[in-house]
Parts: sequence; C-alpha cells; structure tokens
Amino acid sequence: MTPVRPDSVLNALTSACGPGFARPATPQESVGGVEARWLVTPGTTEEAASVLRVAAEHRLAVVARGAGTKLDWGATPAAVDVILDTGRLTGVSWHAPGDLVATVGAGTPLRSLQAVLEPAGQRLALDPGSASAGATVGGVLGAGEAGPLRLRFGIGRDLLIGVEFIRADGVVAHAGGRVVKNVAGYDLGKLLCGSFGTLGVITSATFRLHPLPARRAWVCRSVWSPLEVHDLLNDVVMSSVVPTGIEIDLPVAHLPPVARQRGAEAPRGPGMIAVLLEGTHDGVAIRSSIMQKLLGGDASTGDYAPPWWGRYPFGPDDVALKLAVPVQDLHAAIYALRDAAGVPVPIRGSAGVGVVHAALPGTISPDEVTAVLNAVRGALVTRGGSCVVLAAPARIRPKLDLWGPVPGMNIMRRVKEQFDPFRLLSPGRFVGGL
Amino acid sequence: MPPLATLADRLRTALGTDAVITDEAARRTYDCDGLTHYKVTPAVVVLPVDAEGVAATVRLCREYEVPFVARGSGTGLSGGALPRSDGVLIVTSRMRRILEVDLGNGRAIVEPGVVNLAISQSVADRGFFYAPDPSSQLVCSIGGNVAENSGGAHCVKYGFTVHHVTGVELCTPDGDLVWIGTPMAAEAPGYDLVGVVVGSEGTLGIATKVAVRLLRSPQAVTTLLAAFRTVAEAGAATSAIIAAGLTPAAAEIMDALAIKAAERAVDCRYPEGAGAVLIVECDGPTSEVEAEVAAVVRLCREGGAFEIRVAADPTERSEIWRGRKSAFAAVGRISPNYIVQDGVIPRTALAEVLAEIDALAAAAGIGVANVFHAGDGNLHPLVLYDATVPGAYAAAEEVSGAILDLCVSYGGSITGEHGVGVDKAAKLPRMFTEADLDTMQLLRCAFDPGGRANPGKVFPTPRLCGEVPRPRAADDAPPLPPAVEAW
Repeated sequence: MTPVRPDSVLNALTSACGPGFARPATPQESVGGVEARWLVTPGTTEEAASVLRVAAEHRLAVVARGAGTKLDWGATPAAVDVILDTGRLTGVSWHAPGDLVATVGAGTPLRSLQAVLEPAGQRLALDPGSASAGATVGGVLGAGEAGPLRLRFGIGRDLLIGVEFIRADGVVAHAGGRVVKNVAGYDLGKLLCGSFGTLGVITSATFRLHPLPARRAWVCRSVWSPLEVHDLLNDVVMSSVVPTGIEIDLPVAHLPPVARQRGAEAPRGPGMIAVLLEGTHDGVAIRSSIMQKLLGGDASTGDYAPPWWGRYPFGPDDVALKLAVPVQDLHAAIYALRDAAGVPVPIRGSAGVGVVHAALPGTISPDEVTAVLNAVRGALVTRGGSCVVLAAPARIRPKLDLWGPVPGMNIMRRVKEQFDPFRLLSPGRFVGGL
Repeated sequence: MPPLATLADRLRTALGTDAVITDEAARRTYDCDGLTHYKVTPAVVVLPVDAEGVAATVRLCREYEVPFVARGSGTGLSGGALPRSDGVLIVTSRMRRILEVDLGNGRAIVEPGVVNLAISQSVADRGFFYAPDPSSQLVCSIGGNVAENSGGAHCVKYGFTVHHVTGVELCTPDGDLVWIGTPMAAEAPGYDLVGVVVGSEGTLGIATKVAVRLLRSPQAVTTLLAAFRTVAEAGAATSAIIAAGLTPAAAEIMDALAIKAAERAVDCRYPEGAGAVLIVECDGPTSEVEAEVAAVVRLCREGGAFEIRVAADPTERSEIWRGRKSAFAAVGRISPNYIVQDGVIPRTALAEVLAEIDALAAAAGIGVANVFHAGDGNLHPLVLYDATVPGAYAAAEEVSGAILDLCVSYGGSITGEHGVGVDKAAKLPRMFTEADLDTMQLLRCAFDPGGRANPGKVFPTPRLCGEVPRPRAADDAPPLPPAVEAW
C-alpha cells in the first residue's frame, strides 16, 4: 500500500465534504469489528464522489454506512479506512404520484420514505426486518434484504427502476431510468442490489411504487411442525386466493403431537403460519374466509399482523442464518438444521417463497456451527438451495464459510476486478473474499 | 489463429454434419431477424441440439478469434440477432425440450429454443402459466426473451422476463457452462448475475437452460373495451386508472388509424366512430376482479367513453383481443411499409405525448398509427411509408427518431421491450452519459474480455476492454483470493 499521511488524508476528506463533515473515527465506529480511521458525511453525490476519489488516490478502503443496522453482516472486512455515512444523502427528491414512481436518497430511512408516500395512498412494497430499526434505502438494497411482501412484489432489485452510484474511482454513474418499463443498457442496479457495497456506493434510487391496499387481513393458524407447514403450504399454493405474504414462525423445536391430537380439537401448536391478504374490503373478507377454511385447525382472521410478523428471529449476539430453498424442501431443510444443531433453533420467515431466517446461539463453537452448515448445505445441494450466515459474533466469524457454494463465483470475481481493481470498496466483506 | 476455412470442418466434427450450414443460399435465410432492413449473411450457421453443442461452438469461436451471435426464433425487433459476416450464428431452435416442470416449487427448466407459449400450454391444464407474454409469443423463444428481457401486454401487472427467471445455465463467452442464480429456490448468494444477464442482448453469453417461474392461473379474468372519441381521452382514462391504485393485468390503446387497419384485416367490429379504444383486462380472485372492473368502467365513463363492452365469456374476450393482437400485422393493410417504434414515457404524460406525436406526423405529412401498452407508458408508434417512393423511408425514419427524442425529453426511455440491438445503439447516449456507458462496459469486460459475444450491439462505440477508462490495477494491488469451486 502507498504510505498514507493521516493529516493530508483528513485534509483531503474535509475539503471533499466540507468542514465538520470529516473527522477521525472513534473506536466505536467499526464495521464487523474492524475499527475505521475516518468518518465522512458527504452532503451531496458530488461530495461523496470526491470522497471516493480521495480514497482511490490514497488507496483507502471505504465502507458505506446507512443506519448501521447490518454493519455486522457479511464477512469481516479486510480493511476499513473510511466509513462513508449516508446520513446527509436523504430525502425524496422526486415523487410522481400519478406514475407511482419516486426517487430517494440512499441515506433515507425506509420508514421515512413510506411516511412520505402514505398520504398519496402509496408505498414501496419492501418491508425488511431492519426497517423498524431505521434501516436506510441504500442499506436495504445493498444487503438484499426483503420481508413478507416479497411473495407478491419481489425484493429490492425487482422494485428498483433506476440507480445513481459512485464507482471505486469516484466517477458518478447511472443505470435504468425513471419509467417503469425500460430495457436500455445494462441494468446495473440489479448488480448493486445485494452486493454489500463491494461494487459501488449507491447514492440515490428510483423505485416503482404500489398503491396501498384498501384493506389488509391476516389469517393465522397454529402449527406443530415443519411437516405440517409443508402440507398447509401446498394447499395455499394451489388455491386462487393470491396472498401477499405467507410467513411462518417456529419458535423452538418441539415434539410432534401424537396423531389423535391433530385437527381442529388439537391443542395450539407452538408455531404459527400467517397469510396476509390485501385488496378491497369485500374481496379481502371473502378471500380470508376461504383461506381460513383452507388452513383449518384454529385458523382465525384479524386486522393486525401477529407480533413476530416481519421480524428476524435472531438477536445481535446470535449466529444469524438465512435459508433460501425450494418451497417443497423447506421442511426438510428445517429438520436438517434442527437435527444438526441439537439445540432449539427458532425459525421465522417467508415460507411461501422458501426463504426463512434462523438463529443459532452465539455461544456455540465455530466447529459446531460448521457442522450445522455442512449438514444443511448437504441436504440442499442437489436442489440449488443455500444456507447463508448473515451475521455471526466476530469471535467465530472468520472461522466460518459464510456462504457455502456460490454459483458463478468465477464470474463474480471478474466483475469485482473490473469495478474495483484495487479492492477499495468493502474489501473482503462479500462472497469469496470479494 | 488457425485459418478460418477449417472452422466449419471443426464445427462439423464437434456437432455433426447436419448441425452446420455453410451453403450460401441456406445461410442467407438467416441474414436478418424481425427487423428486416438490416441484413448480414453469417459466415457459418450452427444449429446445436444441446448446451454442450453451444459450448463447443463458442470454444471454437474463441480458438479462431471470431465473433458469435445467438439467435432464437428471429422475431426480435431491434436487430439484436443480426449476424456477423465474419462470425458464427448460433441458432437455438433445435433446443426445444422442456426439461423439468415442478409445480410444487412453481418452476420449469427449459432449453432456450422453447417457444414462449409452449411453457404455459404445458401446464395450463394443471392451472399454471408463465406470465411474460410478448405479442410474438406463438413463435418467439425463451432464449430470445432472456436476451431482450421481453415484456408483453400483461407486464404492467406481472413484470418482465427478469422477474420470472430465477436461474440460467450460461454458456460464457469463453465457452464454459455455468449455472448462475438458482433453479428452484428464490435467491442465490453472491451478485445478481441473472439480473444483468437477462436483458443484456446476447452480449454476456448464451442462455442454454432457463429456470422460469410458473404462476397459479388467476381464478377470474375479465376483459373490457372502452371506446373514446380521441386518443387523448383514452390516455387520460388510463392515467386515471393507474392513479386510482388499480392494477389491471393489461391496459392497451389503439388509435383511429390502428383501428382502421385492424378492421380491414380481421373485421374486429370495434365501436363505430371510435377515435381510440382502450382494452383493459383485470385478473385475480373473482371478488377482487369484480370490484376492479366496476371501478375501471366508472373511470372510463367519467373519462368520456361513449361505449363500453365487458366480455361476458372467453369468446367475447378473444373477440376484443383479436383486433389488438392483429394490429401490427394489420397495418400492412393500410400502408405498404412501416417502422415499429418502441419508446416509453411516464404514464401521466400519455395524452400530451400522443398529441405531440400527432403534430410531428402532420408536420412531416406522414401517417403514424399508435398501438401501445398504455398501462406502463410503453408506446409502439407505427410510422407508415411506401418504400417505392424515393426518400420516404428516410422521412419516416426521421419521424420515428423524433418520437424517441420526445420520449427521452419526457423522462422516458428509447426502448421498453424491443431492446437496443443494432438499431438504437447510436441513440443510447441520449439516455446515458459517457461515464454511464463506460461503467456498463466494465460489466461486459468481466464476462467477455475478448469482445466476441454479439459485438456491435447495444453500445454505440465498440471498445476493446483495455481501452475502457478505469483505474488500472497497479502492481501493488492486493490479489484477489483464489477461486472457490462453484457447483
């Protein structure tokens, strides 16, 4: 690395962002346990681009930070010289209600965006688990996070229609546009979604929006086991009720009931399946009664989400897992996970698309986590499912294979080499050490 | 580089004699796609029967340092499958197997030559369908849909090909077969390579297997036709429907000239005196569709519709669609030649832009028929001309280009679904800066440093990868960690 004179770097960063918006980082300002050296808060795209040009000149590693709700996600970065805080790149710069399109600064908290859209009867149909903690648009896109609405509306990449970002060399680039249908040029926005800031720093995003439904209802039913979830899912999938979300909550492993306990008279199981229906008042009433019959058991309909809806099952000290598996294999994957873990493993997530989250206690050893990962991945490998460690305590993180097999890894490596040849953007934080 | 003359022999050895075409007359039948005024006869045509055949061909292209172009059914409208006279045309029309259908996981895995409609047909009796439905769906191939990120009449609700493809087996420009994305799950770790390969117009590789989502068929489908005095009224009614928070499965407009053509071609009997018709289709659970149709009917009436027909059964539904589906071909009844344009505008600007297109056409003394996906602002103006009249094509092309400028000036796009191809490559800089285009080149260089995959398409100025401005890797740049074997 080129030798860096700290004073000259701070001066350069200050002249990029303006006085007061670049300073030495405090020991608490870290990413994945790696302490940063400087913290900058650019107020415009141009200032952010200047920061990246300074970083490129001095070969400094840059990690973009929004609300910091996922700074412990991903692998431990190889280096963190500059944290680029997006806290001043905020606001809805453009909202065309008639077109259901909006452009928003990357540092805008998702819930703030929703608050701006709500009076127009609109929303961004993206509801990740970190939204309630203040997660920003840029962070949610960068981490590829989504919530229950993904069943009907997809994830960030499906809603993003245009993006502005800064390359590793400080050049500002755009892709996509401001209309909902557009196939001009490469859709680089999709590449940036879920890339953990390793290819560019998103400064602004343009989304297609959706109307807020007139009514929402949740049909909830208790369940005993992953197998029971599997059976119910099949019924729901084959129905024509068109749910917006199908979520499950399986708090801890539990012995299945004996056969005679199944059915309407059985005691409530420890878990729950919840189906969200959205639409007109009358339509939702009719559809929820169909769904209630379909689910049977103790199914009931309510106007509010169950308390666990859209929340991650893991806490800050847990090993946080994300399983993305074929829907039909979900129960098998959960059984494999629980059998291998040998401890109660809470599971929650979007069963309707086969993406669920799980929590392993952060106190278990790296070898034990590896054994669990191997078991689950072994069960999934032929069907193209994945089991990813989203976050793990810094103590054990470096000893884990966080992603398992990654299809197309060699191409990804070449993409990274093109976009960030000096490895300055979130180095080492993503798959394969990218 | 070995002499080119031996390439065909090597291809025959690798793929079999019947898979390689070198006869000039036979090659000439592949000299254009759906955009017929660009013609180039390929040096060699190959018709592989499987992914390995595609990979063997691409590896030979690498060895001989010649470009290759992939072609599905040849229905593309931007010249994306225009061959290279110095290259190999890889035709996927013999790769037509549906390899796996898994309704429980809502997925099918198909070969690229499979015709779009064949997927829906293969699962229709079990109550499923494949959503993207470009108007060429009777003949167009899934591989072509992947290359172009094809849409269709129903993408206003269901999205485009990129929303319905979860995984692709890609033959890279080096000739390696690599799965990207996931065949059966919802997502895979790593960069969203599928998201950029879909819509890359064959410049990042060739899809040799495609995993597509299958959706449950809607319980109810209702189609209605509303007749307006003017196209501006029809456009405003569409804007009102979208702004009201309704999500029709399709919202299509035809103007007076397009209606006239359709009447001549298929006798569709749209309401007498209509200056424009708006076709709206709503689908979903019966209870929701009923409410949605009622709201659409009300908004159309408020917007000045003088006649509204709601299809009572599938026969009436296909009657309504008959005129719309015939529209492009029907224009041949009122004009010997026409240019099919494809541009996008904000949905709220429909009325204004259509009026400006009218003015453009009138000033140039050229007829423009409008048939378009109003629900997502995707215009398809058909610019009429007579090729036997000297200068007529040039005049038509000028109007056609001015329409695109209009779209861009309203914050829209030069293409909503037909692609950039060879036709609009020169227009891409109207939407993107030099830096934007250079950045896109970085992606291309990651996939295709040799520039052999469909060169000359999409981007205005072909550049070798070493010439793309970017920070050069210095000697002291830390090396990337070694490759990890993927499945």
